[in-house]
Amino acid sequence: MEFLAYFGDVFVPVNFGLLLLGTIGGLILGATPGLSPTMAVALLIPFTFRLEPAQGLILLGAAYTSTVAGGAVSAILLKIPGAPANIATTLDGHTMARKGQGARALHLSFLSSAVGGVFGVLLLIFLTPVLAQWALAFGPSHLFWLAILGVTVIGSLDSSSVVKGLLSGCIGLWLATIGFDDIMGAQRFIFHPSVSGGINVIPALIGLFAIPQVITMFAKGRQRLDAEVLSVERHPVGQAVREMGRRTRALSIGTLTGSVIGLIPGVGGQIAGLVAYDQSKKLSPEREKFGTGHSEGIIAAESANNAMVGPSLVPLLTLSIPGSPTAAVLLGGLLIHGIFPGSDLFDNHPQVAWTFINSMLIGQILMCLFGLYVAGLAARVAQVPNAVMAAVVLGLAVFGSYSVQNSMGDVYVMMTLGTGMYFLERFGFSAAPLVLGLILGPIAEANFIQGSMIATATSSVGLYFFTGALNLLLIGLVLVSVGYSAWMEIMSRRYTTKDDAIEKEEALS
Amino acid sequence: MKRLIAAAALALMGLPGMAVADGHASFPDRPIMMMVSYGAGGATDFQARIVTMTAGNEDALGMPIAIINKPGAGGRVGWNWFATQAEADGYTLGAYNIPHFIAQSIEGGVQYSAESFEPIANWGADPAVFVVGADSPFNSMADVVGYATENPGKLTFSGAGLFVGHHIAALQLEKAAGVKLAYIPNNKGGAGAMKAVIAGDVLGGVNNLSDAFRAQEAGNVKILGVFDLERNAFLPDVPTMAEQGFDIDNASVNFRGVMVPKGTPQPIIDKLAATVPDMFANSRVAGKMKAGGSPMHIMTRDEVLDMWAAREETLRELLAGL
Repeated sequence: MEFLAYFGDVFVPVNFGLLLLGTIGGLILGATPGLSPTMAVALLIPFTFRLEPAQGLILLGAAYTSTVAGGAVSAILLKIPGAPANIATTLDGHTMARKGQGARALHLSFLSSAVGGVFGVLLLIFLTPVLAQWALAFGPSHLFWLAILGVTVIGSLDSSSVVKGLLSGCIGLWLATIGFDDIMGAQRFIFHPSVSGGINVIPALIGLFAIPQVITMFAKGRQRLDAEVLSVERHPVGQAVREMGRRTRALSIGTLTGSVIGLIPGVGGQIAGLVAYDQSKKLSPEREKFGTGHSEGIIAAESANNAMVGPSLVPLLTLSIPGSPTAAVLLGGLLIHGIFPGSDLFDNHPQVAWTFINSMLIGQILMCLFGLYVAGLAARVAQVPNAVMAAVVLGLAVFGSYSVQNSMGDVYVMMTLGTGMYFLERFGFSAAPLVLGLILGPIAEANFIQGSMIATATSSVGLYFFTGALNLLLIGLVLVSVGYSAWMEIMSRRYTTKDDAIEKEEALS
Repeated sequence: MKRLIAAAALALMGLPGMAVADGHASFPDRPIMMMVSYGAGGATDFQARIVTMTAGNEDALGMPIAIINKPGAGGRVGWNWFATQAEADGYTLGAYNIPHFIAQSIEGGVQYSAESFEPIANWGADPAVFVVGADSPFNSMADVVGYATENPGKLTFSGAGLFVGHHIAALQLEKAAGVKLAYIPNNKGGAGAMKAVIAGDVLGGVNNLSDAFRAQEAGNVKILGVFDLERNAFLPDVPTMAEQGFDIDNASVNFRGVMVPKGTPQPIIDKLAATVPDMFANSRVAGKMKAGGSPMHIMTRDEVLDMWAAREETLRELLAGL
C-alpha cells in the first residue's frame, strides 16, 4: 500500500500541470500517424533535462500512456494504425466509423483503454516481484514458440479464408527477411538501397493500411459526391458505458491477454492487441460479426494494448532491463537524473518511483476523460469529402513514414507496399496477417537461431525446444490454435458448398 | 512584394559566396545536425544528446546541434548514408562507434571504411566486461576458463551481436585463454544480452561496463573482469583481464565520438577539432554523464586518428581467421 502515501505528490500543481500536458500532448502525438509511443517519449526527453526526476517521469509516463491510446484515433478515423499495437483496432473501429458511428467507436476505445490501462498499472503496483520472474521465464525457445503461436493466429485473423490469411502471412514473413539479418549480419534481398536496413514496421503499417483506401477513394472520382458524405450519428457517453457493461467478456479477455503478453520482453506490446482480438473472436457467439464494425473487436483490442503499458515496465523497473523500445527511452530519462532502475529506485527514490506509477494511474483516467470529450468532434472527420480525405491521408502517410527514420527510402517502401496491397485486397487478402508475419518473422528467426546455438553447445536442439513445462504448454496452445482454425475452415466450407449447391440449383431451375 | 523577393534572392545568392570568401570564418552560422546510427534511447543516442547539449553556448559552437537517428543493421544503415549521401559542409556531423564500423568495413558489404570519415573528437570509452548471474558458481575469470577447458565449446555466453565490441572481446578471450567458447550473439543488443545472463539462458556474457555496473548495483549480476588496459573508476575492485593472466588489450573498448564525412573543407575540420573537445569538457556535460553511469574519455582529433589506425590493424589480425 506504499503507493497510496505518494498519491498527494501527483496533485501538486506543477506535477498535475505536467500530467495534463503529457496526457493531452500524448493524445495529439499518438493520433499523428508515424509518431509511435517510442518516438513521442524520445521527443520529450530533452524537456525533462531541467525538471526534477519525479516531474520528468510524470511527463514521460503520461505521454507513454496516452500515445498508446491516441494511436486508436487515427486507426479508427483514418485507418492508419499509429503503432503495431493499434492494428487490431482498425479492423472493427474503422468499419464502424465508416458507418457514421465514429463517435461510438472512439468512446468504446477510450473507455476500454482506461479499464485495461488501470488494470495493467494495478498489476505493476501489486505484483511486480512475481511479474519480474514471469518476464525472465521466457528464454529463446519459449519466445520462438510464442512467435509460432502468433503465426497460427494469422490464419483465423483474415475474415474471408484461412488459406488466404496464411498466404498473406507468408508474404509478411518473406518481407521480414529483407535486409541484414539480426544475428549473423548476412545480407538478404537488398535489391535497392531503401531496404538496406530491412523493412521498418511503421512505414509498412502505414502503407499497407492507408494506401489501399486512398487509391480506392481516388478511383471513385467525383461521382456521387453528395451521397458519400455520411451523417455522423451523435452518441451519448452513457450509452457507451452501458455497452461496455454488456461486453464484459471481450473486456476481460482483452485486459488479461494484454497484461500477460505485454510482460514478455520484446514481443508483448506489438502483438497483444491482435492476439486479444483473435481470442475474443474465437470465444464470442457473434464471431461472424467481427470485422464488420462490431463493438467487441474494438473493446478487446484497445483494452489489451493499454493493459500492456503497466506490465511492460516491470522488467525495466525491477531488473533494469528495458523490455521494449519505449522502456529503453524511459531508461534514458531515468539515467539522466542519476537514478538507476532496480532496487535502488524503490529503496532510495521511492517518491520518484511511486509518483511515476501513480501518475500513470491518474493519467489513464485523464486520458479517458479528455478522449471522450473530443470524440464527438473528432468523429466529424468522416464528413470530409472523399477527395479531400484521400489527399489528407496521403499527406499524413508520407509525413509519418518519413519521420520514423528521416529517410525517403521508408516513403518509397510505404508507397510500394501500399500499392501492392491495393491489388492483393482485390483478391481477398487482408493486411493484418501480412503485418503480423512481418513482426513475428524476425522474433521467431532470431530466437530459433539463438536457441539452437545454445542447444548445440550444451545439449541437443530437440531437448532444448521440446522439453520443459513452458515449452510444452506453448506447443499445446499452438496445436489447439491450428486445430481450431482448421476445424472452423472445414465447417464453414461445408456450409458454403451446400449453399452454393442450392444456389446453383435454383439458378438452373 | 517584388522587392522583398528580389532582396531574398540576393541574400540567398550572397550566402554561399560570403562563406567561401571569408574562408569559413563565420562557421557555424546555422544549426548543425548530428547523425546517430542507433535508435533513440540507446546508449550512443543517450550520450550523444548529453555531450551536444551545450553546443549552443557562446564558448562552444554558438549553434545548437540536433540529433537525427538513422538506425538499422547494427549501425550499417546510418554509416552507409553518412559515407555516401551526407553533405560534406560541416553542418552534418556523425557519431562513430569504434570498433563497430571498422570491424564491419573489414567484414565487407558496406560502403564505408575508416578512410570515408574524418574524426573530430572522442567523448566516451565504454569498456566491455565479463558478467555472470548473481547466483553463478563462477567467481573469477579463472573459474570461467577452467569450466571451458573441461567442457570445450560448452561455455555459452551472450553479447550484443557479431562484429561489435563484445564479439571482439569474445574472440580475444578465446585466443588468450586458448579455449573454445560458445559466443551467442543477441538480436536485441546489450539489453537483450544482459537479460539472457540474468535469466540464466546462458552461463555468462560480455556486456557494456555502464550497463553491467547498473545491473550489479541492482543485485542481478557479478562482474568478473574488464577488457581494458586499466581498472575503471566505476569498478575499482574489478581486475582487468591482464591482471588475471590473459593477454588482452583495449581493442574491444567501445569508443564514441564525432566525425564528419571525407571532403569537408579543412578550415571547418580544424575549427570543429579545436572547439568540440572543450565542449565535451563542460562541467554540466560531465555531471550528466557521470550520473548516467557513462564513462567519459575525451580525445582530440590527432589522438583519434592514431587510435583508428591502431584499431584497424588489430582488428584485421583478429578477424582474419573468421
